[in-house]
Amino acid sequence: MNISTLINALPGACAQGLIWGIMAIGVYITYRILDIADLSVDGTMATGGAVCIMMLMSGHNIWVSMLAAAGAGMLAGLVTGILHTFMGIPAILAGILTQLSLYSINLKIMGKSNQAVNVNNYDLLVSLRYIRTMPLWKNTIFIVIVLTVLLIAILYWFFGTEFGASLRATGCNPNMSRAQGINTDFNKVIGLMLSNALVAFSSALFAQYQGFADVNMGRGAIVIGLAAVIIGEAIFGKIFRNFALSLLAVSFGAIIYYVVLQVVIWMGIDTDLLKLLSASVVAVFLGIPYWKGKYFTKPVHPEGRGTSVSSAPASSTDNASSGRPEALNTSAQNEEKGGRRNA
Amino acid sequence: MLDIRNIYKTFNPGTINEKTALNGVSLSLEDGEFVTVIGGNGAGKSTLLNAVAGTWLVDEGQILIDGNDVTKLPEYKRARYLGRVFQDPMTGTAATMEIQENLALAERRGRVRSLRPGITRQERAEYKELLTMLGLGLETRMTAKVGLLSGGQRQALTLLMATLQRPKLLLLDEHTAALDPKTAAKVLEITELIVTRDHLTTLMITHNMRDAIAHGNRLIMMNEGKIIIDISGEAKKRLTVKDLLDQFERVSGEQFSNDSALLG
Repeated sequence: MNISTLINALPGACAQGLIWGIMAIGVYITYRILDIADLSVDGTMATGGAVCIMMLMSGHNIWVSMLAAAGAGMLAGLVTGILHTFMGIPAILAGILTQLSLYSINLKIMGKSNQAVNVNNYDLLVSLRYIRTMPLWKNTIFIVIVLTVLLIAILYWFFGTEFGASLRATGCNPNMSRAQGINTDFNKVIGLMLSNALVAFSSALFAQYQGFADVNMGRGAIVIGLAAVIIGEAIFGKIFRNFALSLLAVSFGAIIYYVVLQVVIWMGIDTDLLKLLSASVVAVFLGIPYWKGKYFTKPVHPEGRGTSVSSAPASSTDNASSGRPEALNTSAQNEEKGGRRNA
Repeated sequence: MLDIRNIYKTFNPGTINEKTALNGVSLSLEDGEFVTVIGGNGAGKSTLLNAVAGTWLVDEGQILIDGNDVTKLPEYKRARYLGRVFQDPMTGTAATMEIQENLALAERRGRVRSLRPGITRQERAEYKELLTMLGLGLETRMTAKVGLLSGGQRQALTLLMATLQRPKLLLLDEHTAALDPKTAAKVLEITELIVTRDHLTTLMITHNMRDAIAHGNRLIMMNEGKIIIDISGEAKKRLTVKDLLDQFERVSGEQFSNDSALLG
């Protein structure tokens, strides 16, 4: 337990966290904005890397390779979207189907289960070798920070446009969105494509960073993404209200996740147990809002109750229906949300 | 403006829960008509509105809005013709978005949503004025999330959103039913104000017979998926709750069973 080993490992942890932060922003778009848990990212998180590495090896420019990776992610999102909207498959299952098929596709892209590139032979944008000894503008941490800020700026602009606003509305209240003329199915597909493009882009960075793409590199990605979203919200939720800042919080969440992971490893935990640990932490944090709602809320009195004492007897029926507590209203809405697809 | 031709809708056909909700309904609305709809539980009032809105497609029959056949159009495409306010205040607005963002979403109903800014400075000023008209103090809270508003405020906002772009037809589905009497009266007052000002063709469901008589220039009563009473003009103006109940008994041969409508 030498503290200097930990300190030496921290820049690497930060770089990894930053790269996975871009992936987590993708998860944020589906999970928080669209209200869909998209499991296809476990597949996309390998596809992006596979495409990027193979493009590099066939002599393409690094930027072209990374854009192609993002494009492949978009296609994966398109497939999940079509399975979900056009074929009516529940979102979680649609994601699982895409994820499974991507496993085969990733193998076919790479021709085998993993492909490596030597950092000396290729002009990589990021690498774990570029963390300490490089000038600032070639330093991996610096480059990923710039990319993250750039992506957040683009997303901030996008979600402020007419179309972006309709995407947010789709996730928030699909009934209202349709009543306002928004094609919610189309929006969900676009949202899934955007999210998976970000994930694949992050995957392309991560493959360069570690020097290889592996068919298993995306396993459990959704859990890491969710962990980053939840950690970011738990720590910065109260102060980061602005949309751009909440995306930044997700990136910070990913960094914190990797730093904590590094500390846990340094403390000598059996690394076989890491995924169990991550899953448990995420499970508990996902459970907290539910427990809060179930055990710690005070009954909410509907507005105006008791103010109608003096009104005409005609009002007695209105009173009966307005006596419905706020909580009931909300649960009814949730039921509607979940039940719609079955109807 | 609205032409409903002999529509039928059966839910869960072939199962034990089979329910014929619309059993051959025809209804024609002239431009500027304000029709109130009453009827007991399960009479098919909401089903009628949802059929027009396109929540699902009808089994048989035709629906035309302003001469356009919308029978097969999905909900989001019909939205260009329709303004809607729902019974549940949660349904009509996006809770996690700002008041002004909700209005901007509604402003773009029926238009292509492009990559232009979601809300412009000019719109903000416009919305401020419109919100002032509501008299609920919302004009000072334009950037507040709608989730923070009360049920009545949300219904008033939804009403404003539904009429921001003049709809061919305004559909109000018991939009005051979940509010306390004072707020309900206020929302009804705003409804009357907007409908009269913009000369809107309106279909308003209410469970309250008095409201149904007091508002609008035509009244229809539904029972078992059919329109059984249709009163307009002078006859509607002279109508009392007792008249309605008598008529109901004569037409349907049964007692009116919905307490809330009776008490209303």
